Amino acid sequence: MANLKIGDKAISFKLPGVDDKVHSLDEYAGKNGLGVIFSCNHCPYVRAWEDRMVQIQADYAGKGIQLVAINANDDTKYPDDSFPKMKERSREKKFNYPYLRDETQEVARAYGAERTPEVFLFDKGLTLHYHGAIDDNYDNPSAVKEHYLRGALDAMLSGKPLSTSETKPVGCTVKWK
Amino acid sequence: MKVRFFYSEDCPSHDEALERLRKVMGEEGIRDEIEVVRVDSSEDAEKLKFIGSPTLLINGRDIDPPTNPYYALTCRAYRLEDGRISPLPSETMIRKAIRKAAAEGS
Repeated sequence: MANLKIGDKAISFKLPGVDDKVHSLDEYAGKNGLGVIFSCNHCPYVRAWEDRMVQIQADYAGKGIQLVAINANDDTKYPDDSFPKMKERSREKKFNYPYLRDETQEVARAYGAERTPEVFLFDKGLTLHYHGAIDDNYDNPSAVKEHYLRGALDAMLSGKPLSTSETKPVGCTVKWK
Repeated sequence: MKVRFFYSEDCPSHDEALERLRKVMGEEGIRDEIEVVRVDSSEDAEKLKFIGSPTLLINGRDIDPPTNPYYALTCRAYRLEDGRISPLPSETMIRKAIRKAAAEGS
């Protein structure tokens, strides 16, 4: 179970990114929304969804929305999740959002992240607005019926109530040390 | 035909993968039992040469033979015909493996 409930405030983080800069929660405070996505390299669910993550960032950047991906996986057991491999993946897939390394796993534990990918969407005031999956079909982007994250973003930006504020995150388990 | 299905509870695509396997076997007229094996630990993964969930073996051959196998309790990525990555093998992939095994056995 995630440690954050809808309406809770975002938990602070300060983590190195694949751009060799340190990124913290504070730098996103002025945005209209922040999507923290626990992610990784090796998981096929992430790999199935990551083009959609890039597209969502591209579609919503102009509306003041920022996505941030965080990889907390143990890279001793899953070497594909190492920081150098994260840099490779970010270049290869042309990530248009920061991809951060949570080496100590403290941030993932604080959020109570369980799966990759798992979305925590915060509003302008950094209050949790939506938690769960990106959409309802990891296998086939053309067959998606429920665009959970896009729906949450649209509702949040227009100030409308959200019909689905929580869904079950679907993906690999976070690989704890 | 000997059909084995290996999976880990940690990877949510296994139910759908097993359903897909049953569907394709039915369409191909294969009525053999599927041996379903749950893999619960890294030790089991090593012992069973398990490269990720779900893994499907038809007559002992992986439906998508790995080039560089790494045995671990993990979820498996399949590269589909259109180049996409999915946690599920496609029906085409399963069908090809079944037809190949059937042709070799006849």
